[in-house]
Amino acid sequence: MANLQLKDLYDGFRNSDVIKALALSIENLASKLTKEIKIMEVCGGHTHAIMKYGLNQLLPKNIKFIHGPGCPVCVMPKNRIDHAIALANMKDTIIVTLGDMIKVLGSTGTLQDARAKGADVRFVYSPMDAAKIASENPDKTVIYIAIGFETTTPMTSALVDTVIKQNIKNLFFHINHVLVPPAMRALLDDETNNIDAFIGPSHVSVISGSKIYDEFADVYKKPVVVSGFEPVDVMQSVLMLVKQINEGRSEVEIQYSRCVNHDGNLNAQKLNDKYLEVRESFEFRGLGEIPSGGLKLKDEFAFLDAEVIYKDILPHNKCEDHKLCLCGEILKGKALPNECKLFGKACTPTTPIGSCMVSSEGACAAYYKYGISNE
Amino acid sequence: MNKTIQLANGNGGKENNQLIQEVFFKAFANDILAKSEDGAVLEDGIVFSTDSFTVSPLFFAGGDIGKLSICGTCNDLAMMGAKPKYLSVGFIIEEGLDVAILETITESMKKELEINGAVIVSGDTKVVPKGSVDKLFINTSGIGKIECEGISCQNINEGDIILVSRDIARHGACIFAAREGIELSSDIKSDCASLYPLIKALIDGGIKPKALRDATRGGVAAVLNEWANSSDICIEVEENAIPISDEVKGICEILGFDPMILANEGTFVLAVSPNDAQKALELLRKFEICTNAAIIGKATNAMKKKVILNSNYGTKKPLDMPSGEILPRIC
Repeated sequence: MANLQLKDLYDGFRNSDVIKALALSIENLASKLTKEIKIMEVCGGHTHAIMKYGLNQLLPKNIKFIHGPGCPVCVMPKNRIDHAIALANMKDTIIVTLGDMIKVLGSTGTLQDARAKGADVRFVYSPMDAAKIASENPDKTVIYIAIGFETTTPMTSALVDTVIKQNIKNLFFHINHVLVPPAMRALLDDETNNIDAFIGPSHVSVISGSKIYDEFADVYKKPVVVSGFEPVDVMQSVLMLVKQINEGRSEVEIQYSRCVNHDGNLNAQKLNDKYLEVRESFEFRGLGEIPSGGLKLKDEFAFLDAEVIYKDILPHNKCEDHKLCLCGEILKGKALPNECKLFGKACTPTTPIGSCMVSSEGACAAYYKYGISNE
Repeated sequence: MNKTIQLANGNGGKENNQLIQEVFFKAFANDILAKSEDGAVLEDGIVFSTDSFTVSPLFFAGGDIGKLSICGTCNDLAMMGAKPKYLSVGFIIEEGLDVAILETITESMKKELEINGAVIVSGDTKVVPKGSVDKLFINTSGIGKIECEGISCQNINEGDIILVSRDIARHGACIFAAREGIELSSDIKSDCASLYPLIKALIDGGIKPKALRDATRGGVAAVLNEWANSSDICIEVEENAIPISDEVKGICEILGFDPMILANEGTFVLAVSPNDAQKALELLRKFEICTNAAIIGKATNAMKKKVILNSNYGTKKPLDMPSGEILPRIC
């Protein structure tokens, strides 16, 4: 494979002829549907891809996308942001986290605000850079605010592994990792849910395999397709779901077969299991407490756990969202962003009120950016 | 607006405009400033402009803060159809900076002044204690003489054609790739360049630019949105026509950036009447840095004050004014 270029990996998956052909096939199959179907894309990355490529404009009227809770920034409760800010305000402390996290509003402000007031808050692209920052600043306490679903969890575990193996003394962890299946379970256990099928995020399944969705097909009888993020991927996944529904099947199928199998990345899973365990429950902003919804460091690694070490300074406030904010309903797939009274008026990406407006992956931010209004 | 200044207030987009409108315009309002052009047109065809430079790292692939400081102000003048003539320069230097570094930077300033045929006629130096600035900040102001009248962001009419002078987003992608905390290895070079020779060639070739703007902070998206707004028109862009190099595409893919909002330092957007479009393209493509200049769209009446991207598979999406700080996405 001489001179493989990055674009060779995605060009074919953005091919306009293929997209148009898939749109036509979907339209043909959809004409046989007996009712309107609602497909939930669980992941914010898919919401963003659908809006960015305008894929919703290519679907027939009887297929609707509804947007799920899979944006790690959107579901982060304000209290966890308050934790990060309290840690950032400690003397001689460097907070390291991933991009979008610094924009999320806690009960009084964002990490960006804390930075503007003098706190040392840095974003990295690779969590491993936190180890470098720690070794370059031996007289500072470095705290990595870990965030993300299954996709980014192994990077945190690898960083924990490095800290232990290299005996790094000044790097600690505030773990906010969340899990996809418990959130989906909570949505389906709500009897008023209106979800007919799921598009599952491929990057989560690269780590966890497609096996994490088996229960949704077997027990809840919902078709699931694990999909890539390019427009051809998403369109093909919709086609696969419509086929399943027409044929009365509910199975877990893998569209993103170029990287996903049933079992996933067993080495990554082993590394996660070594350092992390499931919490009894974790609050998802907009959805409330989700049983087994998040991860924490195992007790034997409490010496690295900022939640344990600094427990005396971490606030325990409960923060309610704005009364008119529909984020909770949006994250459950029961409302669309442009049905919210605050959308695009009081709540914009520069002045987000609800969590779904904060991250570029949030449904409201995607609607706003790609120009869908509530007028 | 926000009570304390945030990085987003300098993004060249919404928050930046808000700061300018609500703080600076409020205090300094006058007819010339209110035009909000790249440079202020004074009496007798004189244009005046200023710009400050705080880039980190000081040296980047394709340029340095010195080259940037001359290109920046001279390009602002050139975008008003003016020939850059006289510049002032202010250096704010952090205690401890190597003189050798300063000499390398002034050498590249000298080279760039020659390209523009401009001279520095006034200067100022301040040295501040360590930590007060990041190594070196430079301000330049410049005066130019108009060679082509009537270029303005308010001039665009239905049917006018929009061009970009080369592949976009190089400077932003290059700086991000080199930035601490990202550390991508890449061969990409900034597009940092003086644009006056290009504008002169267009004018000498008989082109009458209606609007011209170098797409610095906020990128091409900010320019198009400002134009759509100022000219009360819709700008429709064919997504596939926008030239973007494979390296820039790659960096944007990996970090999750939109090349339309990344900064350029030697790339401009041009609006011309339909009769001028092909000729302008041919004139531009004669320059080594503009071989991939392209027609990317046109002004229409579809949705006034909006910029619309048309895909080649039949979808339309608005291209908004950039907002917020540019941050890599989480996953």
